[in-house]
Amino acid sequence: MTVLPSKRVLVLLALFAAALALVPLSGDKYWIKLVTRMMVLGIFAMSLDFIVGFTGLVSFGHAAFFGFSAYMLHLVSSEEEAVNLIWALPACLAATGVLAAVVGALSVRTRGIYFIMVTLAFAQMVFYFFHDSDIAGGSDGAFIYFPPALMMGEWMALDLGDRNALYLFCLGSLVALYAFLVVLLRSPFGQVIQGIKVNEHRMRALGYNTYRYKWMAFVIAGVVGGYAGFLFGCIDGFVPPELLSWRESGLGLVMVTLGGIGTLFGPVFGAFALLGVEELLRDRHLFGALAEHWQMMLGAFVIAVVLFMSNGIGGQVMRIVRRPGEEEPS
Amino acid sequence: MDGLFFLIQTLNGIQYGLLLFLIASGLSIVFGIMGVINLAHGSFYMVGAYLAYSLTQWTGSLPLALILGIPMTIALGFVIERLFIIHLYHRDHLQQVLLTFGLILIFNELQQVIWGGDPLAVPVPELLRGSVPLSDTLSYPVYRLFLSAVCLVLAGVMYFVIGHTRLGMRIRAGAANRQMVEALGINVRLLYSVVFAIGVALASVAGMLAAPVETVYPGMGEQVLIVCFVVVVIGGIGSIRGAFIGAIAIGLADVYGQVFLPDIASVAIYGLMAAILLWRPAGLFGRDA
Repeated sequence: MTVLPSKRVLVLLALFAAALALVPLSGDKYWIKLVTRMMVLGIFAMSLDFIVGFTGLVSFGHAAFFGFSAYMLHLVSSEEEAVNLIWALPACLAATGVLAAVVGALSVRTRGIYFIMVTLAFAQMVFYFFHDSDIAGGSDGAFIYFPPALMMGEWMALDLGDRNALYLFCLGSLVALYAFLVVLLRSPFGQVIQGIKVNEHRMRALGYNTYRYKWMAFVIAGVVGGYAGFLFGCIDGFVPPELLSWRESGLGLVMVTLGGIGTLFGPVFGAFALLGVEELLRDRHLFGALAEHWQMMLGAFVIAVVLFMSNGIGGQVMRIVRRPGEEEPS
Repeated sequence: MDGLFFLIQTLNGIQYGLLLFLIASGLSIVFGIMGVINLAHGSFYMVGAYLAYSLTQWTGSLPLALILGIPMTIALGFVIERLFIIHLYHRDHLQQVLLTFGLILIFNELQQVIWGGDPLAVPVPELLRGSVPLSDTLSYPVYRLFLSAVCLVLAGVMYFVIGHTRLGMRIRAGAANRQMVEALGINVRLLYSVVFAIGVALASVAGMLAAPVETVYPGMGEQVLIVCFVVVVIGGIGSIRGAFIGAIAIGLADVYGQVFLPDIASVAIYGLMAAILLWRPAGLFGRDA
């Protein structure tokens, strides 16, 4: 179980993060927003890899937590002023955690293909709940007029309504959450869930209550996914119900696979790559009239990734930068 | 009056359930025998409905559209199996989910290109346009009864084919032990193609039959796919009997949910699924607990 990548990969990741920190200097609104979205979906993909790649549970309903948390942000926000980040974020994460605990308690009872279908069905239930009811705008989606701000007494320490502040907050969150998940995976808890992925029977024979460990992993992944959803709600101040849809869950799995399942940092690159490909495919200069039907090309791209790139970007990176004589990562 | 109202709702529920059964049984067999989870299954339902629209426009009659459309969908099933599904037999669920997810994106966009985004209506055939009067004010459309009857006949044919023919024997053997079937010298490649094509045809026929009752709209495939997942989860994967009982249960739950709990009707069927999972995690007739 090598969760912590080699020194060379870590150096590469640090360089990448440093390069990302320079993007706001460009002052280009379009790029800053695009990269913010990439980083937020990177967190989302990373949380999905935690449950799919490390615990071995293929969740096809992860967008439920992503979108639910964004909706929670809408519910705690007011129309007059920015809500304080210091309690808004924990409140949204706690609500998402409760949802993940309930969905997880039921889904983790099942395995394999049932798990895929059940998580999808529960996510769909959450989708219809917001789509069909008028709690939060129904099918039109919900607005967040003022993204949260970090208030220390009267002093506004951080305003997520500011493009650059939000960008840097997302970057900081991405790095911190990556470190958090690496530490968690190297802890005894993390070793157990990875053991479950390899051989659940053996872990149970060793005396571990595998149900409870899988359930906890599911909740952690859900909460981190919710963190990403919270940030996503801040980007446009708009939460469409489609954020909860099965399509979003599917794209999450595409990011994980494209980035390299079970590498944790890979899915972040997967998110960057997928959003980048989407931008390219929609580009009229490159694809002309075909750009209108970019979804079709995206479908072909997804199929190509499955058929020809099962190691993903993360696997490639680890192979290329490994030292001579070092073991080939499996 | 009250009794008649419930009769109508129950008939609607059974009709919806039978339709779901046609789709879910294909999904269930394809998984049970080939070990492939096919997300694009709902797309074949959509393709069926749009084919029904175009062929009815062209020939002027739904029965003719069915006769022309069924061979087309069987051919589509063979092509998709040979081009894409064939790569999935020895891969894990995640890759199966993703590849068929990619297929959905392609099918949806093709649908937009060919038929556009507006909902379309398919006329009910003239012979079946009437309705059966139940009281002074209530009546029941003949086409819905016809639809239920056709589904029941197809279910009966499936029961016979699977239980009493050589092909059915191979299908059951394949579901029980794939390696052994291969070892016994049965042409598994061909068996897989046939099973997949049958599944595609069943879903498409369901789409064609449903077209006059429900409007034909983009995204109708996904809607039905997810409900079919619920059906399969309730019934147990690979079990035709389970799919039948699950489909009827969901059909009734959906219809009665809309009557009694209109605000959360779309959530009702998932509640039923959750309850059954608490009781039996592998579904009513599933083997793997």
